[in-house]
Amino acid sequence: MSARTIELEILRYDPEQDDVPRYETYTVPYREDWVVLDAINYVKDELDRTLSYRWSCHMAVCGSCGMVVNGEPALACHTFLRDYPEKIRIEPLQNFPVERDLVVVMDDFIDKLGSVKPYVVAKEEKDVDDGEYLQTPAELAKFKQYTACINCLLCYSACPQYALNDSFVGPAALALAHRYNLDSRDVGRVAREDVVASNPGIWECSFVGACSEVCPKTVDPAAAIQQTKIASTADYFLSFLKPWNRK
Amino acid sequence: MSRHPYIREPSKTGWWLEQPRYIRYMAREMSALFIGIYGLILIVGLFRLSQGELAYEAFLTTVEGPAGLIFAVVAFVFAVYHTYTWFQVTPKAMPLMFGGKRVPGVIIIAAHWFGFLVVSAALWLLVGG
Repeated sequence: MSARTIELEILRYDPEQDDVPRYETYTVPYREDWVVLDAINYVKDELDRTLSYRWSCHMAVCGSCGMVVNGEPALACHTFLRDYPEKIRIEPLQNFPVERDLVVVMDDFIDKLGSVKPYVVAKEEKDVDDGEYLQTPAELAKFKQYTACINCLLCYSACPQYALNDSFVGPAALALAHRYNLDSRDVGRVAREDVVASNPGIWECSFVGACSEVCPKTVDPAAAIQQTKIASTADYFLSFLKPWNRK
Repeated sequence: MSRHPYIREPSKTGWWLEQPRYIRYMAREMSALFIGIYGLILIVGLFRLSQGELAYEAFLTTVEGPAGLIFAVVAFVFAVYHTYTWFQVTPKAMPLMFGGKRVPGVIIIAAHWFGFLVVSAALWLLVGG
């Protein structure tokens, strides 16, 4: 272990003892290749066993270790200590209630994710024995970028619209709705519309674009939402040409 | 063990000062205000034109005065900024696929600038100069 050290100022909140969160500072020796998650694991293993946080894969795949590092939503496993000066402030994701320390309550997101039907709604359910739903590479290319979402919630933490109005369905859920709407195997677009094309859906977004800037998987939820707005607007005007299709 | 999650309330009025990207967003949105005011001035000009030559001459004197010119310069700067930010985000809102591949964003942005210049030049030829 090298002699280099870094100070971690970590938000602590114990729901059984604290009325409000507080900050605790830990001095952690670190190596050049350490990420923030390594430093937090060091705190847990060597300095303070009471620290609570979520993590799993340590390779930006599971989406568990989203937190706010020096004011910026980031995956702790994807953020190198060497890129920071001697001190780092670590807080739980913004815009979610703090369950304990760095753990947030994400029930609101889970409910919203379910509400957009984030799965292929097939025209006709096929038996497994009947084989796959086939798709060409060009059809896949249309939505592949949006499949990279790992539900890490950095986008919700960065979104000022969600901060001000938590009825907003939010970036990741709307990006996933768009992902399935673009899928050639899917016919669920109309079924998703009640949630997606509503005021708390895409129309609550004012295209700040913060979601896309912080996304660790370059999903670009802001792009997905703007494209959905255009599709929804086209639907609205086309409905005047085809009044028999109007609801 | 009891659950007692802590809820952090966001600032309702000062939130946009908290991050440089929020300030950039507000600057982009605010730039539309100047374009809107410029549009209103044009409508006032049309109204004055309908009132006759004297009224229109008085309107022209006002907008060509120092305050009018300063506003025109400021509005122009904001209009350019608004156009720039708007064109920058067009690849996100209108991605194009060609031969199963995504058209690079820079081409979509350049096409918008090209179209903008063509329309501006055509307008200049029609009514300017």
